[in-house]
Amino acid sequence: MAQIIIKNLRKDFGNFTAVKASSFTIEDGEFFMLLGPSGCGKTTTLRMIAGLELPTSGEIFIDGEEVSQKPVSQRDIAFVFQMFALYPHLNVRQNISYPLKSQGMSKANISAKVAEVAQILGIEDILKKPVGGLSGGDRQRVALGRAIVREPKAFMMDEPLGALDAEFRERMSEELRALHDRMGATTVYVTHDQLEAMQMGDKIVVMNHGSVEQFGVPQQIYDWPATLFVADFIGSPSMNFLEFSGEISKGDTQVALSRQVFGIPAQLQNAKGDLVFGVRPEHVSLDDNSEYIGEIMAIEYLGTTQIVTIKTLNGVIKARISAAKIVEVGQNVGLAFDPQTITIFDKASGVALLSEANKGVLDHG
Amino acid sequence: MSGFSVTEPSKRQKWISGLLVISYALITIMPLLWIIGTGFKSPEDAISYPPKVIFEPSLEGYVNLFTTRTRITASMEGNLPPPDTWYEQIARNSGTIISGPSRYGQRFLNSVIIGFGSTFLAIFFGTLAAYAFSRFKIPIKDDLLFFILSTRMMPPIAVAIPMFLMFRQLGLNDTHLGMILLYTAVNLSLSVWLLKGFIDEIPFEYEEAALIDGYSRFQAFYKVVLPQAATGIASTAIFCLIFAWNEYAFAVLLTSGDAQTAPPFIPTIIGVGGKDWPAVAAGATIFLIPVMIFTILLRKHLLRGITFGAVRK
Repeated sequence: MAQIIIKNLRKDFGNFTAVKASSFTIEDGEFFMLLGPSGCGKTTTLRMIAGLELPTSGEIFIDGEEVSQKPVSQRDIAFVFQMFALYPHLNVRQNISYPLKSQGMSKANISAKVAEVAQILGIEDILKKPVGGLSGGDRQRVALGRAIVREPKAFMMDEPLGALDAEFRERMSEELRALHDRMGATTVYVTHDQLEAMQMGDKIVVMNHGSVEQFGVPQQIYDWPATLFVADFIGSPSMNFLEFSGEISKGDTQVALSRQVFGIPAQLQNAKGDLVFGVRPEHVSLDDNSEYIGEIMAIEYLGTTQIVTIKTLNGVIKARISAAKIVEVGQNVGLAFDPQTITIFDKASGVALLSEANKGVLDHG
Repeated sequence: MSGFSVTEPSKRQKWISGLLVISYALITIMPLLWIIGTGFKSPEDAISYPPKVIFEPSLEGYVNLFTTRTRITASMEGNLPPPDTWYEQIARNSGTIISGPSRYGQRFLNSVIIGFGSTFLAIFFGTLAAYAFSRFKIPIKDDLLFFILSTRMMPPIAVAIPMFLMFRQLGLNDTHLGMILLYTAVNLSLSVWLLKGFIDEIPFEYEEAALIDGYSRFQAFYKVVLPQAATGIASTAIFCLIFAWNEYAFAVLLTSGDAQTAPPFIPTIIGVGGKDWPAVAAGATIFLIPVMIFTILLRKHLLRGITFGAVRK
C-alpha cells in the first residue's frame, strides 16, 4: 500500500489542456474521490496515475518513487474500468487469475489466491462461467477480483458503478467501501456523482476545467466550499446564491441584502462590488418576524422534509424545511438564515472570501 | 385478425419467404449439381441429347482425371493379363490401358500450397497492419488507407504486363513463391480494410486492462486482441482463400509447369483424347472440396463477417 503525491501534473492533447497543474496528496490507505463534471480532467488524472496516459509535465510519486514517465507494468497499480473490461474470451476464474499469470506465479498459488478472492467477493459459484452472461453486479465483482488478487500498491477506479442500475449501485457502493475498509488499500475513485463521493470518500478533490477547485474531507467541502463552482456542484439541491452589491471589510459580522441585515461569520478579507451570499437550503428557515420577504413558487414534498422554492429580491432560492410546516404556493414568507453557515463569494472570480468559519478549511486546501 | 404482431411474420409470410429462399438456393446450386453429376457420367451420357438426368453412375471421369492412358486394339487386349485393379478395369472397358498418373494431383497440391500460403501471409500482414491503423497515430493515415484500397480499383489483370515483366526479371515466373507473393499483394488491401473494421470494434479498454495486469503491449495484442478478432480473421481468410484459389488469369499468364495451379490445368484436360467432359467435371468437383470444407468450418464466422458493422450490439 502506498501514499500517492501529485505535483503540478499537466496534460495537453494537442491544443487542448485536459489537466492544468494539479497538485494533491493521497495518504496511504485513503479512499480518495476525484469528483467533477464530465470533461473536467478527472479521468485523465486517474489514467496518468495508472500510467495509461503520460503527463505532459509534472510529477507523480507512488510510495516515494517518481513514476510519471514509467510504463504501466512497472507501477504495480490495479485499475477497475467503467465498463469493467473483462476479457470476453475467458471465464471468470481465468479473468481473475490473468494478472497473476503475467507474474509467472505457480498454478497452485494462483488457484489458492483466486479461491481466496472469490470467497471475499462471494463469487465462488460463478468461477467457471463465461463473463458474457454475468449480471452487472457480478461483472463488477469479477473486475474487483481481478484488481485485488494481485495486492497492488493502489487501486484506480474509473466510475466503476456508472454502468450499474440505481438499485444495484447502492449495494455495490456499500460492498466497495466495506472491501476497502477490510483491505485498507489506497484507492483513487473517479466519479461525477457528488452523492457517491460524499458517501464513500475519505477525501474529495473537486475538479473543473482541468483544475483542482477544492481538496478536503467531504464535510469540509460541503460546509465550506472554496468556490462558487464547488458550492453549486456539491449538494442537492445545491447552495443558494443571493447576489448583491456591497462592501465587506475585515471584521464585519453582518451584511445587508436589499436593506435587510443578516449575520455572517467574521470576515477576514476586504471586498467590494458584486458579491454572492451563499447559504445551504437546510440553513434557510421561514421566520414570520423577518422582514426579508419572499414568495413561494413551488413545493417538493420529500417525506420528512420539503424543498420550498422562494422568489426573493436577490434571486430564487430553495429552502429545506420540515414537512410538518404547512406552506402554500403563492404565499409570502419571511426568511432567516443561520448566520454561522454563510459563505460570501466574490462574484467575478468565484472564490470564497476568508472568514473565521472557513479559514481552517481554505487555508490548507 | 387475432394475435397480429408487427415484428413476428405470419405463418403465410413465413411459407412464402421460405419458398422464395429455397427456390433461389436451388437455382444457384443447379450448375454446381450439374457439374458434380457430370463427373459421374460416362463420356457418352455426358454429351447425350436430350441431357440425361438419370444415368448409370461411372467413375470413368475420375479415372481419366488422375491417369494418362494409351489406346489399345482389341487384339492387343487379348494378349494382356486381366486387369488387377478396379481402375485398370474401367480403363480397359473403354479400350485403353493406364500408362501413368496424370499431373492433376501435383497441380492440385500447387493450388493448396499457393492458396493457403498466400491466405496465411495476407492474414498475417493484414492483421498487423490493421492493428496499427486501428490503434496508433500514423501520419497521413487516411491517405495510406486510400492508397491501399486503390489497388482494388481496377481489375488486377490490368497490371498483367508489368507484372509479367517484373516476374521475369526477378526469376519468379512459374514459382510457388511468385504466386504466393502475387496473391498476397492482391489480397492485402482487402484483409487490411476488413480487419481494421473488426479491430476497431474491439474496445481499447481490454488492452489497457492487459497492460494494467502486467502484460506488454505485444502480449496484450496477441493474448487479448487476437482471440477477439478471431471472427474477423476467419471470415477475411475465407475471402482471401476463395480469391487465391479461384484465380485464373494470372495463373495462366505466370505459371505453366512446376507452379501451375489447378484452374489453368483443368481446361487442358479437354483435348487429351477428345472432349473428356466427365474428367473436367471431376476435376472441378475435387477442386471445390477444400474451399467447401474451409468455408463450412468457418461458416458461423462468415455470416457474422458479412453482416459485421450492420447492427451495433
